[in-house]
Amino acid sequence: MKKGTLIFVVMLIASMLLAACGTGAGGDVIKIGVVAELTGDIPAVGASSKNAAELAVKEINDAGGLEVGGKTYKIELFIEDNAGKADQSASAASKLITQQNVVAIVGPNASRYAIPASEIAESSKVVLISPWSTNPKTTLKGDTTEPKQYVFRAAFIDPFQGRVVAKFALDNLGAKNAAVLYDVASDYNKGIAEFFKATFEESGGTIVAFETYTTGDKDFSAQLTKIKDANPDVIFLPNYYSEVPLQIQQAHRLGITVPFLGSDSWGSAELITLCGTECEGYYFSTHYAADAATPVATKFIEAYKAAYGNTPDDVAALTYDSFGLLWNALKSAGKVDRESVRAGMAMITNYEGVTGNMAFEAGSGDPVKSAVILQVKGDKFIWFANAAP
Amino acid sequence: MTYFFQQSLNALQLGSIYALIALGYTMVYGILTMINFAHGDLFMVGAFFTFIAAVLLGLPFVPTLLVSMIGVALLGVLIERVAYRPLRNAPRVSAVITALGVGLFLENFTLVFYPYPQHIPQLIQNTTWNIAGVSISSLQIIIILLSVGMMIMLDLIVRKTMVGMAMRAISWDKAIIPLMGVPLNLIVSATFALGTGLGAAAGTMYALAFPVIDPYMGILIGWKAFISAVVGGIGNIRGAMIGGFILGTVEIMVAAFLPSTYRDFVAFALLLVLLIFRPYGILGKPRPQKV
Repeated sequence: MKKGTLIFVVMLIASMLLAACGTGAGGDVIKIGVVAELTGDIPAVGASSKNAAELAVKEINDAGGLEVGGKTYKIELFIEDNAGKADQSASAASKLITQQNVVAIVGPNASRYAIPASEIAESSKVVLISPWSTNPKTTLKGDTTEPKQYVFRAAFIDPFQGRVVAKFALDNLGAKNAAVLYDVASDYNKGIAEFFKATFEESGGTIVAFETYTTGDKDFSAQLTKIKDANPDVIFLPNYYSEVPLQIQQAHRLGITVPFLGSDSWGSAELITLCGTECEGYYFSTHYAADAATPVATKFIEAYKAAYGNTPDDVAALTYDSFGLLWNALKSAGKVDRESVRAGMAMITNYEGVTGNMAFEAGSGDPVKSAVILQVKGDKFIWFANAAP
Repeated sequence: MTYFFQQSLNALQLGSIYALIALGYTMVYGILTMINFAHGDLFMVGAFFTFIAAVLLGLPFVPTLLVSMIGVALLGVLIERVAYRPLRNAPRVSAVITALGVGLFLENFTLVFYPYPQHIPQLIQNTTWNIAGVSISSLQIIIILLSVGMMIMLDLIVRKTMVGMAMRAISWDKAIIPLMGVPLNLIVSATFALGTGLGAAAGTMYALAFPVIDPYMGILIGWKAFISAVVGGIGNIRGAMIGGFILGTVEIMVAAFLPSTYRDFVAFALLLVLLIFRPYGILGKPRPQKV
């Protein structure tokens, strides 16, 4: 027992020394951290994000490196799993900042993990770009409307997305009465449900049922029975791809036949696997359409397909764009340190990414960009409409 | 009124699942006065065995149910043999911690093989009938009938067979009864097999009703079933059944008639109040402590 402990301590010290050597030798290396949802309730999101991050870094390294201020740097990537937990997102961000010494962080993706991690990044003065988080709070200080200095995102925000879906329900589907079922324990779902409600009611529609559940629930029969009783024209489910199939299946079993609408959290290929044929024909808003791609996007889609064998989803595209923003920031700053990355990010006013054109207003970490509406058809998401900002 | 009947049917379905899982907690407690906190995760393993049997082996419903029940029953017996039996005379806290550890082990072990949520195909041709405005699906009927059937069988086993008599005797006095020739370890194993087998049956039915399964699915529902067992009077088999149906009904009805955000806190506040008036649960009796 004692001998075992001794060996363990020696190995621990040795590994620490090795790790220290590793950090000491990195002269011409830019270290970038990624926090992703590799395990937990939305692992498909983390997997896409990891794939796109590795692709973005590989492209730079294969081309010889990134030229910053006349010097070429290789990129070193550190990927941390947040296990689908808010507290682990914060601790993964601190680990990257204090132990791996990264100059910037990409991720987490879901708002409920991006918000706690962004607090850590802001207080440690390290740039964090969340690819997929759409809740306004991610880039705002506390409960104020004042923007965080070090937090950016590649996605549009929920007030916009809520408005897009509400307008779509009213104008394209001709709905007068809508019902909403959302996870009240998750920042993203709650935010977008409220923005949808506000716009839908302002534009003359009625919200006939506004029902909630909490993360981990699988039985939605009580809420769906209530929704059925309220007789809506359309049901909005701003929930994650792992829960939406259950909600739709249970609704069908209760005899609900009206169309369902979703938000960008639907946009994983897993949705179709889990739904079978039950999600056929429903619509959701998201960041880009793989089947109606710009030349920039086509190039990325081809590279991603070649590397991983499947079409990149919106998380992959947004993660790739986050790295694109980061490369731009590093180039325009001309120096590799945390403050320069922040200065470089602030200099970007316009960026043509895979997910379309992003315009950053001065002082804000939120890009102004357009959304698309996709429809589930067979085993694919098909472009249906565009929605300008 | 249709609305009320529809919600009652929802409550019956959820309640029968809670009741089946609650039985596992209550049986183990009755025999060993130990709370098997890994039971919720055994329920999860039952759901994954269902997935393996139905998807990888391509079996139909009844063999799938049997594979899941027998597989998890064997696993339950193994866990008792390896993890709990050596601690039978250790302080109660050690056994509880071990159970929590076994639960975490099962979750993370499953996570290694299935990091993604998995989809369970429809094993039963699901038809939905509309009777006077109330939607009833064949799956709902099967779940309710099968659960009630299993509970009646368990009740008969415990009250009418030799094994059941031995179980009741051991739960009465663990020290004296083995001296009368009742094989303690065998009866404990049988209890674990029965309890976890029922948990696995609940897992299979749950996986069919809510066909997206993940390694963490057992945590929340395990807690709720445990609460059902306590409300019914832990250690009492009929109490666990009643407790399960009460919790299912309260949860559904609160969400049905109040804003659904209130569901959990109103549901659990009601149960707390109930425990204040019946601290040993609905059917539980205070056990005299021998000093």
